[in-house]
Amino acid sequence: MLTVDALSKTYADGTQALSGIGLSVAPGEIVALIGGSGCGKTTLLRLIAGLDRASDGTVTVDGETVREPHPRIGVVFQEPRLLPWLSVADNVGFGLAGLARSEYRARVGRALERVGLAEHGGRWPRELSGGQQQRVAIARAFVPQPRVLLLDEPFSALDAFTRRGLHAQLLDLWAESKPTILIVTHDVGEAVTLADRVVVMRPRPGRLDETVAIRLPRPRDPVSARYEEAVRRVMAALDRSLHPPVARRDPAAEVRAGWW
Amino acid sequence: MPSLRQGGQAGLALALALALPLALAAGWEMAVDTGAASGRLLPPPSRIGATLWELAASGDLLVHVEATLIRVGLGFLFGAAAGILMGTAVAMLPLVRRICDPSLQALRAVPSLAWVPLFILWFGILETPKILLIAVGVFFPVYVGVSGAIASVDRKLVEVGRIYRLSRGAMARRILLPAILPATLVGLRTGLGLGFLFVVAAELMGASEGLGYLLVDGQQLGKPDQILAAIIAFALAGKLADTLFVVLTRPLTRWQDTVRESL
Repeated sequence: MLTVDALSKTYADGTQALSGIGLSVAPGEIVALIGGSGCGKTTLLRLIAGLDRASDGTVTVDGETVREPHPRIGVVFQEPRLLPWLSVADNVGFGLAGLARSEYRARVGRALERVGLAEHGGRWPRELSGGQQQRVAIARAFVPQPRVLLLDEPFSALDAFTRRGLHAQLLDLWAESKPTILIVTHDVGEAVTLADRVVVMRPRPGRLDETVAIRLPRPRDPVSARYEEAVRRVMAALDRSLHPPVARRDPAAEVRAGWW
Repeated sequence: MPSLRQGGQAGLALALALALPLALAAGWEMAVDTGAASGRLLPPPSRIGATLWELAASGDLLVHVEATLIRVGLGFLFGAAAGILMGTAVAMLPLVRRICDPSLQALRAVPSLAWVPLFILWFGILETPKILLIAVGVFFPVYVGVSGAIASVDRKLVEVGRIYRLSRGAMARRILLPAILPATLVGLRTGLGLGFLFVVAAELMGASEGLGYLLVDGQQLGKPDQILAAIIAFALAGKLADTLFVVLTRPLTRWQDTVRESL
């Protein structure tokens, strides 16, 4: 269980990046955070990961307060961030500590297989394509079996074909150990493909707006009517967050009021 | 067979590279041989070869090469160690950087040979000033390389280390050290080259052995063949040391994109 309570971030120059964020994500749930650039999505993720300190509020995982990177929280960044001096296999095993050699090899091998890179374990990261590198990064995050996985626009630099393949592999890995996933994205299709819930963020200061529940069985067919309907609902929520309703004068209401 | 063709191309490149010096050497040899030139100030290759052979046969050459290599080795060791220490301190500790870096940058601007008279005055003409001069030459490229490398370590990779809660020691060993290794090795290699540059100056300031001594001795006794023999020995020793350095350190940077093949 990941709980975010009244989380705020104000930078030293007075800019308020996030204000009063409250969110709880159930074990095994996938939540997508969506919003335009500059709305504080990445800032929120970094606070939850313990990479930055919040100005106010708390983050808890299974009741434990998070102030620094936590063993039960895994992160996949926007860039693969592989260590270029380690082989692909050793990058995948980077977060494993204190394991016997055979156990280490077995777990790394299994993870590489899951992301379809079993034959590439001995290569250098620079020899892989961008999509393959991001798969290595995803495998690296899953290998220590985190209870919460944070993904910061992990597929935004990839083409649509690669992205679709990676969505399927991410869901496969998730299905095995069912960690809680919080994924930041600006791609509505990606949010609807992956998430149980889509939370819309609003900028300046960043805050949570509407939540759209996606109750579709997996795997989701992107050309089905229900999928398209879900995309439309998220789009509508995005629109409302961009153009919040102002207190408009309603002549009909005034007339009714006057009549009374 | 691509490998065969590559081998052939490499052979051709070598032949082309050697053509000019070999032709000049052969031409000069013939000019002296036929009496068109005296060869007094620029001896023909055969006489240089003979001098080199005599020096080698008598064991003198070995003594001189050994003396020079020991000086370069010690100077490199001290200079590189100081460069790595200072470079690390300056990059890691902002206060040390603000206090030391401006002065070091200013000292770097001093042509290192300008220290020679001062070093002689301070330390005499024995080994101390020679090794110190070489160490000064080695220090600066290593210092600049290490401090620059540490300052430019990718913060994003450090964050990966933080996500996996690496201790300070593990962070240094698993992230910082490998990240700064390439630039550090470049600094060390440059330093080694400068070490060979400075050993000449060091040995010119008075020595009874060493390749630099052979140069001075050849000048004073009017033996240009000995001077040229010493120059050739310098070139071979320097090239050998550089090649050795590259071969020994290449496995450490195998992961890099840029292949350091041009020796």
